[in-house]
This record gives sequence, C-alpha cells and structure tokens, in this order.
Amino acid sequence: MLYRENGQFKSSYGEDQQMLPILQDRRVMFGLLAFAFFGVPFLASDYLFLSILIPFLILTLAAIGLNLLVGYCGQISIGHAAFMSVGAYAAYNLALRVPQLNFLVVLVLAGLVAALVGMLFGIPSLRIKGLYLAVATLAAQFFMDWVFARVKWFTNYSHSGSVSTAPVELFGWRLDSPPEKYLFLLGVLVVFTVIAKNLVRGHLGREWMAMRDMDVAAEVIGIRPVYAKLTAFAVSSFYCGVAGALYGFIYLGSWEPLAFNLTLSLNLLFMIIIGGMGSLLGSYFGAAFIVILPIVLDQVPQMFGIAMSTATTSHLAFMIFGALIVFFLIVEPHGLARLWAIGKEKLRLWPFPH
Amino acid sequence: MSEVALHPQARAHRIGEVVLSVDNVSLAFGGVRALTEVSFDVREHEVRAIIGPNGAGKSSMLNVINGVYHPQQGTIRLQGVEFHDMDPHEAARRGIARTFQSLALFKGMSVLDNIMTGRNLKMRSNLLLQALRLGPALAEEIVHREAVERIIDFLEIQAHRKTQVGRLPYGLQKRVDLGRALAMEPSVLLLDEPMAGMNMEEKQDMCRFILDVNDQFGTTIVLIEHDMGVVMDISDRVVVLDYGRKIGDGTPDEVRANQAVIDAYLGVSH
Amino acid sequence: MTKHWPVISLISVLLVGLVLPLATGASPPGFYVEVLLGGLMTGVLYSLVALGFALIFKASGVFNFAQGAMVLFAALAVARMAEQMPLWLAMILALAIMVVLAWLIERLVLRPLVNQEAITLFMATLGVTYFLDGFGQTVWGSDIYSIELGIAKEPVMILEGLFQGGILVNKDDFVAALVAAALVAGLAVFFQKTATGRALRAVADDHQAAQSIGIPLNRIWVIVWSVAGLVALVAGVIWGAKLGVQFSVSLVALKALPVVILGGFTSVPGAIVGGLIIGVGEKMAEVFLGPVLVRAFDLAGGGIENWFAYVLALLFLLVRPEGLFGERHIDRV
Repeated sequence: MLYRENGQFKSSYGEDQQMLPILQDRRVMFGLLAFAFFGVPFLASDYLFLSILIPFLILTLAAIGLNLLVGYCGQISIGHAAFMSVGAYAAYNLALRVPQLNFLVVLVLAGLVAALVGMLFGIPSLRIKGLYLAVATLAAQFFMDWVFARVKWFTNYSHSGSVSTAPVELFGWRLDSPPEKYLFLLGVLVVFTVIAKNLVRGHLGREWMAMRDMDVAAEVIGIRPVYAKLTAFAVSSFYCGVAGALYGFIYLGSWEPLAFNLTLSLNLLFMIIIGGMGSLLGSYFGAAFIVILPIVLDQVPQMFGIAMSTATTSHLAFMIFGALIVFFLIVEPHGLARLWAIGKEKLRLWPFPH
Repeated sequence: MSEVALHPQARAHRIGEVVLSVDNVSLAFGGVRALTEVSFDVREHEVRAIIGPNGAGKSSMLNVINGVYHPQQGTIRLQGVEFHDMDPHEAARRGIARTFQSLALFKGMSVLDNIMTGRNLKMRSNLLLQALRLGPALAEEIVHREAVERIIDFLEIQAHRKTQVGRLPYGLQKRVDLGRALAMEPSVLLLDEPMAGMNMEEKQDMCRFILDVNDQFGTTIVLIEHDMGVVMDISDRVVVLDYGRKIGDGTPDEVRANQAVIDAYLGVSH
Repeated sequence: MTKHWPVISLISVLLVGLVLPLATGASPPGFYVEVLLGGLMTGVLYSLVALGFALIFKASGVFNFAQGAMVLFAALAVARMAEQMPLWLAMILALAIMVVLAWLIERLVLRPLVNQEAITLFMATLGVTYFLDGFGQTVWGSDIYSIELGIAKEPVMILEGLFQGGILVNKDDFVAALVAAALVAGLAVFFQKTATGRALRAVADDHQAAQSIGIPLNRIWVIVWSVAGLVALVAGVIWGAKLGVQFSVSLVALKALPVVILGGFTSVPGAIVGGLIIGVGEKMAEVFLGPVLVRAFDLAGGGIENWFAYVLALLFLLVRPEGLFGERHIDRV
C-alpha cells in the first residue's frame, strides 16, 4: 500500500538505471540525508559522536572498500587493515613533510599510495585463488605491521614508535569539535558511497561480479582477469587507505602500528560477513553492528544492575561476534542486507501476505 | 522440426570461405587422450555440427577452439591467423563466443546484467569516468543497454530481465546463456549442447533462435548436439568424433550413410 | 625443464641464503649449527600444528583458521587448571575439553554448513576463532599465565669436541622437539596404517563415495577435530611453557598456515617438510639476515620472524601454487 511502484513509469533507460528508481526510496533517502546533515549535529551528544557516529562512518568506508574486493570481486583478503595503515602513515608523512598540502589532497594521495601497495599485494591473486590467497594477504598484514614498527623514517624517528597529528584544517575550517568532525566524515562517506555505487553499476562492477561468480566464463566473454582483479585490489585499497588516514587523523589523533593489526582486519571481515557481502548497504549495517554491540553490552547489564568489567564485555562481544558469524553463515549467508531486502519485499506486498 | 528449417538450397547460397580451421589438433590430460589429430574446417555463415557418442571429445574440441584448453599438437586458424595457445579472452576479442553445456551463468546477477557482461569488450570508458558516471560513461551504459534490450526482445525474455538468473527455470537460463554470447556480436558462435535437458517446445524455440541468428546476423555457428533430428535438419555440414578421432565429415546425408558413424553409435567394437 | 625455472630459482636463492653465513665466515660454525638446530626444533613444532591443520583439511575440506585460537585455548585450560591440580591431570582434562569442543564444532558448525563452499567454511572458522578467543578469556582470564613443565631451563653444551666451544642447546626446546617429533611420527603412522586412518583418507578423497561405503562422516569429523585438538594441546603446552600463555601464542600457531601452503594443503609429508623449512628459514632470517637489514635501512630492531614465514609462503605460491607436495587442480569447464 505504501511501498508500491504504481504509476512510476520509466521512459528512458537512463531513468531505469538510476541509483534509486523507486520514488519512495528517493524520498526516504533524501529525508535521511537531510536529517544526518542538518539534524544530528544539533541533537547528538559528544559521547554519541565520539563513541558511535565517528568510528561508524570511518569503519563503513573501510568496510565498503573490503566489500568491493571480497563481496563484489570474490577475492578474499584477511589482511586488509594493512592498507589502512599504509594510508594512515602515508597521510602522516605527507602532512608532515609537505605541510602546504590541502588535507583533501593528502587524503587522495594517501589513498593512491595505498592503492599502489594494494595492487602489489594483489598480484598473487593472478595465480592463486580462494583460501590460498587468504594466506597470502596475511603476508601483507604482518609485513606492513613490521615495516611501520621498524622503519623509523615512517614514524619520523619517534622514540615511542607512535605518531600524533594536529587537528585537521580545511580551507580555514578547523575540525575541532565532534560535530564538525562528524560532518566532514559524513560528507566524505556520502561522496565515496556514490562513487562505489557508480563503479558497481558500471561495466567494471559487472566485470568484478563475473570474476566472482565464474571466472572461467568471465574470461570466455573477454574479461581480462588481470585487469579485473588488480583494479579491485586498487580501488579497495584506495578506500581503505583513505579510511585509515581518517581513522588516524580524525578518530585517534595519535596511533601506533598496533592500531591496524590483525584484529582490525578480522573485524573488517566480520563487518561485511554480518552486514552482507556484495552489498554497499551491508557495509553500513556491518559497521553499525560492530560499533554498537560493545556499547550495548556495556550499558544493558548496567541497566539491570549487573556489574561487568570492560574486559568482560569485550570478551563477551567477541563470543557474540563469533557466534553471530556462524549463525549468519548458516541461516542467511548474505547477511543483514538480505534480511533488509526481504523486509522491503514484504513491505511492497503489505498488507497482503503474498 | 522441418517447418523451422529454411530450405537447404536457400542457405547454401550464403555460405562463404573457410573462416575457421582446426589442423591436426591433439589434446591429452595426463594419460587421457581427449583428441587425436583432428582436422576440419568451418565456412563462413554455415551451421556446422559436431556429433559423436559420449566422451568423444566434442566439448574438448570447443574448448580448444576458444582457448580454454591448449592442445599439445596442432593449431587453430581463425581468419587466416594461426594459434595454438590463445587465451579465452583473446579468443573473445577475435570474435569467438560460446555457450556452455553446464550453464556458466553469473548466478549472483540479474538476466540484464548477465547479458550486459557480454557487451564488456565494447565498453571503453575508464575508471574515473565510471566512478563519476559522467558523460561518456553514462552514454555508453545507455547505448549498450539498448543493444542488450534488443537481444532480450529477440529471445523473448523481457518479463525476466530484472530477475536473478539463479531463480529462473533451466530453459530460460539456457536462453540467457545464448543471449550473453550474442551480446558479444561474435563472428563465430560455439554452442555446447544448447538443447540439452529441454522439452519438445523449448527445443523448437531454441532451433528457431539459432537459425534466426544465422540468418539475420550471418553468424557462423559451430554446434554440439545429441538430438539427431535437430542436427540433420539445421546443419549444413557435420563432423563426427569418436574416442577423440574424426570418423566422418560431410553433409548430414553423407554422414548418415557413413558406416563408421553408424558403427560408432551402435557400439560395434573397433 | 624450462617450465620449472621459477621454482628452481626460488629454491636456489633460498639455498644460497642458507649457506651464505657459513660460507662467508660471517658466523662461527658452532653458532651457525646452534641457529640451525634451533630452527629445526621450532620447525618440528610448526609441523605438528600444521599436521593438525592438514588433517582437518584432508578429512573435511575445511581451512581451519581457528587452529591458532585452539592452541591458545588449550594452553589456557592447562595453565589455569594446573594451578589447582597436578600438571598431568590438567592435561588430561584439557584433552577431554578439546574433544568436547571438537564434537560441538562438528554439530553446530560443520554439519549445518556441510555442502557450502570452502570459503564459507573458512569464514565459519573465523567465527569459531572469535568465539574461542572470547570464551577462553571469559572462563580463564586474560592475564599472562605460565606452565611449569619441570624441565630445567638452562642450556646444555653438546658436541664440544666437534665445534670449538660446543653448541648451546636449550633442554626444554630439545624435549619439546622430541615430543613433537614423536607425535608427528605417531600421527603419520596412524594415518597410513590404521583402519581409521584409511577411513580418513577415503573421506578426504571423496565425501560421497566414503559415505556410500558406510563410513560415518560425522564421526570421522569429530575424530579429526579431536586429533587436531590433541595437537593443539601439545603445541599449546610447549609454546605456553616457553613464551607464557598469552595472545602471541595464537599468532605463533597461525604460522602453521604458511607451513601448509608450502607443503601442499593435503599432504602429510608436506606439512612435516614445510614446517622444517619455515622453522629453519625464519630462524636463519632473524639471526643472520636481520642485522644486515637493520644496518642497511637503519631499522628499529629485528622482528623478521613475524613475517618471514608468510612472505616465503607467498613466494612459493607464486611459483608453485599447489605447494611442494600438493596436487595440481584442473578446472574443468
């Protein structure tokens, strides 16, 4: 009744191929964006920004990056936090050594460096598939861990091994307060989501999905596996590099190599498995889940008067993550995004059962 | 079946020069000899069938022609150029398209997207333009969408264009497979048992499509098929394989009368 | 022959690197042998964990990312229980726990996912990793614990006649290597000679065929995961005694993955040889290559061991994707 396409006729292919073909979807998205940009900054508390919204936005960006590689192109990577660290350290060094650069330029350049490194570590994917590739990507993780811990130039010869950054300044606008940081990140994420959506809708996205679904058939149609896989690694690492730079500069402020360790890589995988592989919306869901669950685990027992140490809640969170991964893989391998799509299907029929 | 086929004489006029020739090809997997010194040619615009009992090496032959397998011996000559270790995507670039015996569709995508992947070779816009979906990239998407829609009309699958292929019945999936190959606008189309698992009606439809493709677009067709009625009706010439060797080559009538072919099918030991 | 040049050149480079410290006289022969022995002993431990891993893969086609977490979990169990009871009892109880764990994994994870793709099963083991991580620390705490094996920690001098000054060998390393080697040999025999071992190999070859001749798939899987659990227990106790029971133990155990890559996923001899190669390789790299890199690039310390195994596996994957002893996979269309 509410969610019908009645009367919405498309008179050109261009119209049919747009991002949100259904009018109701467009209205909801518009409302959501308006609220996100103009409502939230005034309504949310600092705590909400710092603990939930800001990490959510950054992790969503990284999750989209990983999803492009794993979900859309079918290449497994369990060391992707390595590319986040490349982006973060590249941005740090650029900002340090070329201070005149606009921060947006720093971000893009950091992303490009990460893309290059990503392509390098993506070369094994040309010869090896599936699980073997998973182990190869671990090489990226541990090697980059080591590089940024040992090669002193990257940390500007810091004694402690960690680096710090000043608050970001953009065209005279200093990102000091949480709402300001939030707005900047939101803008970046929206732009990057649109770009990802465009890539996925275009012929490159179809190439990726063809490689994922059946690579021999893809080759027979004329898709070059080298081009498809390396571009997937490059774009995916670009996104993660930018996310890493944002993670370091805006969320953490100062960090050490451990901030981008194997645990983060596994968390990224967790996000896209639970959220939904091969779905941009799924990346949002997965990131939201991983940010919100520990907080829920923190607050809910308190509401019932049960005291739990933060250590216990983080261990509990891990147990729940693990159980959920298995649960979703058994019940709904396409994650929350599929459940959402099923919900929308039901809504289109409502109030009829079928 | 006969009402579907064009009069043989009308078709014979259009057949041109040799466009594809297989020269002395041998293929082995470890100890298993799939093909032994097979040679034949295919003329432009004709419908060439490859037949033979199970395990004769027919699919392997198609795989060699389009570069999925590389023969240990022998070459493929396409429009005068010789190969023996071409990659599949190179074969595609040179105008060879194929369908698969066990459907190789992209299960995660819709019918429309599957056929659109066939247009991939023709889509040229680079990464940046696609990312911003500006001008040329957008125009390209629309132009190729039109081409794909024409194929969808031709194959009569309009109602299913947005459905995920995994959910379609087998007969419709086979049509999508054909559509994807057609989207490449190939000069040579390799069909691997396009009618396997179909009922009478579906086979008639598929025959009609194949002949229409040959008539309207002039595409050369190399076809593996088990249904003898279909093969005899729609092919111009037939190659017969048995245990990896060629045992017959000629028009359907010639092959039908060939004693070696009859023996092979009846299982006479040799 | 020319087809194999990438493998040959890689192996040649590695052999040169192996012999270089000795040949150039950069290190006294006694020290070189010490490092070599140390590497071999670590290698045996890697082989052990890799065997457990290879067994699981052979029998159930599952790439068990949780192997590292299992090692840590077993070590935690032993360490904490040994605080209340004699060590031998703690180990037996821990083994029982690992068997129960194997049964639970088979029931709750493997059976529901029985016909899924390998990648799905791999991600399920990722879930198991998370779960074991959290569960182990919830039940047994997250401090660093110790395991006292009762073996003297001071090194022993051997072969004094052969090398000047003799060779320093750690007693506990030596005993550990012996135990691991014995277990490896035992497992290899079990696999090749016993009826259960034959059943495992049948299952590894073809699940459906094995079922059709009456091999109970589910029971086999429980057995295999229990054996992997036993392996995890032994490795956990040895590494836990050496490094202290903490998170880094699971990272060390994770190195079994590159070992299996090197050896070939389904090969038992491959796991053994691969473990030794990686053990020696990373020790050599850390001790001899490390200082060279530190001087050349002005690095803040070594730590080559953290990534050498993986990079080595990566290089091997590039020249020989199926591993040293693995089977080549042909894609049929």
